[in-house]
Amino acid sequence: MSDTNIHTEEHRNDDASKLGMWLFIFTELLLFGGLFLVYSIYRAQYPHNFHEGSLELSVTIGAINTIVLLFSSMTIAMALTAMQRNNKKLAMTMIVVTLLMAVVFLINKYFEWGAKFHHGLYPGSDLMALLERGHLLYFSLYFFMTGLHAFHIIVGMVLLIVVLFKVKNNRIHAHKYVLLENGALYWHLVDLIWIFLFPLLYLIS
Amino acid sequence: MANNSSHITDYKVLTRVLLVLMFCTFLTISITSYNLAAFTVTIALLIAGFKSFLVLSYFMHLKYESLLLRILVSIVFVLFALIVLITFIDYSYR
Repeated sequence: MSDTNIHTEEHRNDDASKLGMWLFIFTELLLFGGLFLVYSIYRAQYPHNFHEGSLELSVTIGAINTIVLLFSSMTIAMALTAMQRNNKKLAMTMIVVTLLMAVVFLINKYFEWGAKFHHGLYPGSDLMALLERGHLLYFSLYFFMTGLHAFHIIVGMVLLIVVLFKVKNNRIHAHKYVLLENGALYWHLVDLIWIFLFPLLYLIS
Repeated sequence: MANNSSHITDYKVLTRVLLVLMFCTFLTISITSYNLAAFTVTIALLIAGFKSFLVLSYFMHLKYESLLLRILVSIVFVLFALIVLITFIDYSYR
C-alpha cells in the first residue's frame, strides 16, 4: 500500500500539462493553416482547374468520413466524461468506439485514394506530370493535405491505444486523467482540421 | 485541489452538440450544391467556423477553461486571419 501512496502523492500539475498540449495544438493549427493559405492562393489563381479537380472527388465518401469523425469526436469526449464520473467500463468502451471510427475513416480513405491510384493519379505518376498546372497543384495539395491529415489520424490512434491500456491498468483513473484529456484534445484537433478540409477540397466548386 | 477541478460535460450536452454539427454538415452539402458564386465559399467557411467554434467550446471544453487559455486560442486564430489577410493584400496588389 505504501508504494501506491507514493504514487498518488507524486508531484504533478494537470493545468500545465494541458497548457503544453494546447501549445502543441497551436503549432498544428498553424501547420495546416499554412497549407490552407497555399490552397487559397492557388485556388484564386486557378479557379477553373480547382473547380474541375474538386468534381473528381466523391462527396459521398467525404460526407461519410465527416460524420464518422464528428461521431468519434463525441465518443472520445464521452470517454472523458465517463472517466471523470469514475465509470471505467464506459470510458474504455467509448475509447474503443473512437478507435473503430478511426479505422472506418482510414478504410474509406484507402478506397478513395485507391480509386485515384487505379486511374494513375498519384504523386509522381506519369499522368500527374501531364496535367495542367492548376490541376497538378489541386491534386498535389489534395494528396498532401489529406495524407498529412490521415497521418494525424494514425498518430491519434496510437495515442488513444496507449490511453486505453493505461485506463485498463488503472494508471488513468477518476483522479488522474490528464493523459486521456490530452489524447482527446489531439483527437478533436484532427476533427477540427477535417471540418475545414471537407468543404474546401470536396464541396466548394 | 487544483488538479481535476475541471468541469464535467454531460452526455446529453455532447449528444446535442453532435446533432447540431451533423445538421451543419448537411446544410453545407446542400448549400454548396447550388451555384451561388462567391457566396458559396463564404457560407461554407462561415458554417465551418461555427462548427469549429462548437468543437472548441464543448468537445475541447474551452467554454469552461481559464481565461488565459481562451485568450491564447483566440490569439492563434487572429494571427492566422492576419497572415491570410496580409498575404492576400500582397497577392492582389502585385
